[in-house]
Amino acid sequence: MYEGVVQNLIDELGMLPGVGPKSAQRIAFHLLAADPADVNRLAHALLEVKEKVRFCRVCGNVAAEEECRICRDARRDEHVICVVEESKDVVAIEKTREFRGRYHVLGGAISPIEGVGPDDLRIRELMTRLADGQVTELILATDPNLEGEATATYLARLVKPMGLKVTRLASGLPVGGDLEYADEVTLGRAFEGRRLLDV
Amino acid sequence: MSLYRDEGVVLRTQKLGEADRIVTILTKRTGKVRGVAKGVRRTTSRFGARLEPFTHVDLQLHTGRTLDVITQAETLRPYGEGLAADYPRYTAGSAMLETADRLTMGEKEPALRQFLLLIGGLRTLVEQEHEARLVLDAYFLRSLAVAGYAPALESCARCSAPAVRAFAIVAGGMVCGTCRPAGAAVPSAETIVLMTALLRGDWPTADASEARYRTECSGLVAAYLQWHLEHGIRSLRHVERV
Repeated sequence: MYEGVVQNLIDELGMLPGVGPKSAQRIAFHLLAADPADVNRLAHALLEVKEKVRFCRVCGNVAAEEECRICRDARRDEHVICVVEESKDVVAIEKTREFRGRYHVLGGAISPIEGVGPDDLRIRELMTRLADGQVTELILATDPNLEGEATATYLARLVKPMGLKVTRLASGLPVGGDLEYADEVTLGRAFEGRRLLDV
Repeated sequence: MSLYRDEGVVLRTQKLGEADRIVTILTKRTGKVRGVAKGVRRTTSRFGARLEPFTHVDLQLHTGRTLDVITQAETLRPYGEGLAADYPRYTAGSAMLETADRLTMGEKEPALRQFLLLIGGLRTLVEQEHEARLVLDAYFLRSLAVAGYAPALESCARCSAPAVRAFAIVAGGMVCGTCRPAGAAVPSAETIVLMTALLRGDWPTADASEARYRTECSGLVAAYLQWHLEHGIRSLRHVERV
């Protein structure tokens, strides 16, 4: 046990995900030895993120204003909505530079075992966005795991009567991997979604 | 036993650290095991979709200090693939996995009958020959029977008298007019016939039952299960009964 304030810092750092007691101690001593200006900047960033960041009222993505940067951007295609589980997924898709439409962040996936049902996600908000009839395609980009697939199935069934095009991200072999290590489900999906090589 | 091999059904997964998961598996020989699958959340993981809930897998594990480490996994049958595409069956399957997890309390205590029952239940659910809620209720009743909580349906649970009148969860099933406690439900005779059929695996009788008796049966079975488990089944709230 250390002097009060140092121990407080170690305890608080230890509350962060993935930070154990040893790591918390290492970070605390790094901060003690660091330049006061650097520590001030970190403290300011922590306070600022809690003060300024909120969730976009349209898509549920993290935003610094009422609406996020993507929802405010008039150049984005408002006829296509890509549904993702978390804000982290928006960043991952944006990095590809392949998608120019809008997003909708659900805030998780349906997992009955964890007690998460459709009412716990931002599905009602999605249905409100679709109600005006402007959207022509809904891309379901939930995680390619069991909960993500079940959520996509649920949404597809819900949206079907609206008559818009519903698509799901392709699943298959990761680039840079070996075929022999692919599991049966992934390899099966890769076969299902095979494409014509036009050479 | 530093390295061992077993087959099992993945009951649930929890995220661990950057890219790992703790996977709870009901195995055939060892019982319930909690193992770490390292790097499983990476898209390039060699485990891929093999350690998703509902998957019947052949595993190799390394005994660890607190948690075992999964070193190899091969799919025997991916039940989750079919279930995720059918929402009512997915929610029913989730309730089955949660019940199996709750009924096998201790880790590494062999529970072969529970394992075989779960495999059978998942197979029946995926094959879509019977309505999802009938399969779920049959699984609940039979897993309770395996755990020693089979409801008395043909004679009074308290005095064994043949004339039964009401269903009392606290008494352990049907009770006669004399033993009937206050507040016991009085289900219709057809509901009890359905419950008996589900417990015995008499599918022709169960499939021929009417919707109103199925609804009454589901309510009684869910209440009976949760009373004996002394715990609510979270998935039950989300089971879609179509």
